Amino acid sequence: MKTSTPPPFDPNDPAGIDDLLSADEKAVRDSVRQLCAQRVDPYVADWFERGTIDDVRGLAKELGALGVLGMHLDGYGCAGMSATEYGLACLELEASDSGIRSLVSVQGSLAMFAIWRWGSEEQKTEWLPRMAAGEAIGCFGLTEPDIGSDPGSMRTRARRDGDDWVLDGRKMWITNGSIADVAVVWAQTDDGIRGFVVPTTTPGFSAPEIKHKQSLRASVTSELVLDAVRLPAGAVLPEVRGLKGPLSCLNEARFGIVWGALGAARSSLQAALTYAGERTQFGRPISGFQLTQAKLVDMSLEYTKGLLLALHLGRRKDAGTLRPEQVSLGKLNNVRESLEICRTSRTILGANGISLEYPVIRHMNNLESVLTYEGTVEMHTLILGQAITGQSAFR
Amino acid sequence: MNIVVCVKYVPDAQAERTFNASDNTTDRENVDGLLSELDEYAVEEALKLAEAGEGEVTVLTVGPDSAADAIKKALQMGADKGVHVNDAAIHGSDAVATSLVLAEAIKKIGSVDLVITGMASTDGTMGVVPAMLAERLGLPAVTYASELTVDGGVATIRRDGDASTQTITATLPALVSVTDQINEPRYPSFKGIMAAKKKPVDTWSLADLGVDASQVGLDAAWTRVESFAARPPRSQGQIVTDEGDGGQKLAAFLSERKFV
Ligand SMILES: Cc1cc2nc3c(=O)[nH]c(=O)nc-3n(C[C@H](O)[C@H](O)[C@H](O)COP(=O)(O)OP(=O)(O)OC[C@H]3O[C@@H](n4cnc5c(N)ncnc54)[C@H](O)[C@@H]3O)c2cc1C
Repeated sequence: MKTSTPPPFDPNDPAGIDDLLSADEKAVRDSVRQLCAQRVDPYVADWFERGTIDDVRGLAKELGALGVLGMHLDGYGCAGMSATEYGLACLELEASDSGIRSLVSVQGSLAMFAIWRWGSEEQKTEWLPRMAAGEAIGCFGLTEPDIGSDPGSMRTRARRDGDDWVLDGRKMWITNGSIADVAVVWAQTDDGIRGFVVPTTTPGFSAPEIKHKQSLRASVTSELVLDAVRLPAGAVLPEVRGLKGPLSCLNEARFGIVWGALGAARSSLQAALTYAGERTQFGRPISGFQLTQAKLVDMSLEYTKGLLLALHLGRRKDAGTLRPEQVSLGKLNNVRESLEICRTSRTILGANGISLEYPVIRHMNNLESVLTYEGTVEMHTLILGQAITGQSAFR
Repeated sequence: MNIVVCVKYVPDAQAERTFNASDNTTDRENVDGLLSELDEYAVEEALKLAEAGEGEVTVLTVGPDSAADAIKKALQMGADKGVHVNDAAIHGSDAVATSLVLAEAIKKIGSVDLVITGMASTDGTMGVVPAMLAERLGLPAVTYASELTVDGGVATIRRDGDASTQTITATLPALVSVTDQINEPRYPSFKGIMAAKKKPVDTWSLADLGVDASQVGLDAAWTRVESFAARPPRSQGQIVTDEGDGGQKLAAFLSERKFV
């Protein structure tokens, strides 16, 4: 048994999980943190308040120069990093704001992944290098006004006209829609669901922005209107048919959310911890009260467990052994617990907890979206329920 | 142009820094370390010069095993190769001995046009190594550069003083130390992090440099830390209550302490 003195206790990493990361993984994390500290943190509360991201294209290019966009993909200008490194990047991005992480998730895991995994060589060479560099922004259209959790029933249709395809329909709640250069759109065909790579300058395509959101305000969310959008034969993603196409992409993005949500939790928890140490009531710092300590400790526990789970799933993904049900498990647990951490942190800040002067209410509101998109709590519960019992309860 | 950047691996200033109880030297093993922030400016300046023309950047460090992390960070930022002088006998060396080891390493690297250093380390903060190193190498030293240009075999720096701003030139080869005003150091891109894995790092011992162990280390040091004590916790400040005479009270407080 070793009797040497252990290293000092780190309140931000109570279990010492940092030990499980390699030097390169920490370097990735540090670089993303540094970009966010310079380029996002000073401005994001204001963006949230105004419901916009200033110079989003400039930001995308800086994210591209760092290598974040499509970072876990190989070739075509992508950085070729590990899944765990991608997860760590998502965590740092979302510690700044879920909206920024959403921009990156949709770009890399949804739009780029769809083209990288299921696209033709021409589609890959045309789009991926520019998207990796942040020069072209992508969006991913699956959800419709009347279709959310049950995408198999989608109404958007693509029909053949000679060699061409003609798309008609509407997509709803599409992240990056109004700023996108390219949309990956899923539609019903005579041959099942297929994906299309749609340049947003194509006649008949428009993407009005959705206003009045109270969540994910530092993120562009749009409707996609497809009005007889005519595309050449080469616009269809050739390598996939059926729901497997979009679901494979969602699986990538969900993996990032398993990590990302923890970033929002960490930021809120740190704000609460600092605040509790500085705020005095009844003659002492509120961190000295048992009720506050119980909150802080419970939050630390859930954060630590969530991080261990994320790391474990990351290692499995890097080893090629990660199953979609396990991604559901991570998404369900980590978003739910992170939202709980944000809500509890909010109570510790009292009235200040509802102010954008602190990051907490912003994270809390953001996670309401994260709880719903990429599969709601109910969907992931049903997925796991089926995996555990062998019985489907979807319909 | 061949540029050598001297960098130091230092205990993280954010962490709790301590001394070794046995010999009063800085504890470099049990505290997380990093590339001294002040040296990042030196690396950045070297990279900018190399990118602007033809050039190769070698990062040089003297330190224990863990100091390899400082080289790695510089390689991730974009330096081409690393040299790590690592020898147990170096432990406890002062600035005089450190400059000796650095000088011999730079001679061994050979045909160096420019040596760039930070203005001081963030742990010792003595700031004397650049001048000592230049002396040992017989190079002109232009120190505390807040701006650097190299043109036609001449390095020109701007040094910002309290009373004046000086423009100083030196013919190459030369040594330049840079301040934290000179640039905004880049952070490693993912491509840089990946590329650094394949960049060469040479590890040299004192024997490789022809330096005798008796010239370095704690026993050869001209100075040593006799004792150390933690700074006492800050005492409660004095609150001046303004009863219409707040200004006078503040002035009296300051003049009592000879601040005004
Ligand atoms: C900010 C934001 C950004 C988004 N970005 C994108 C994007 O980029 N691309 C994209 O395609 N989509 C995007 N979405 C849409 C998101 O994926 C959907 O909102 C989500 O899939 C849920 O669909 P819905 O909102 O239609 O809810 P519904 O599917 O109508 O569900 C409503 C409620 O019913 C529950 N429910 C449904 N079926 C069952 C059942 N069988 N059993 C039990 N409960 C059930 C749900 O869990 C939920 O609680 C985004 C959403 C938001 C809020």
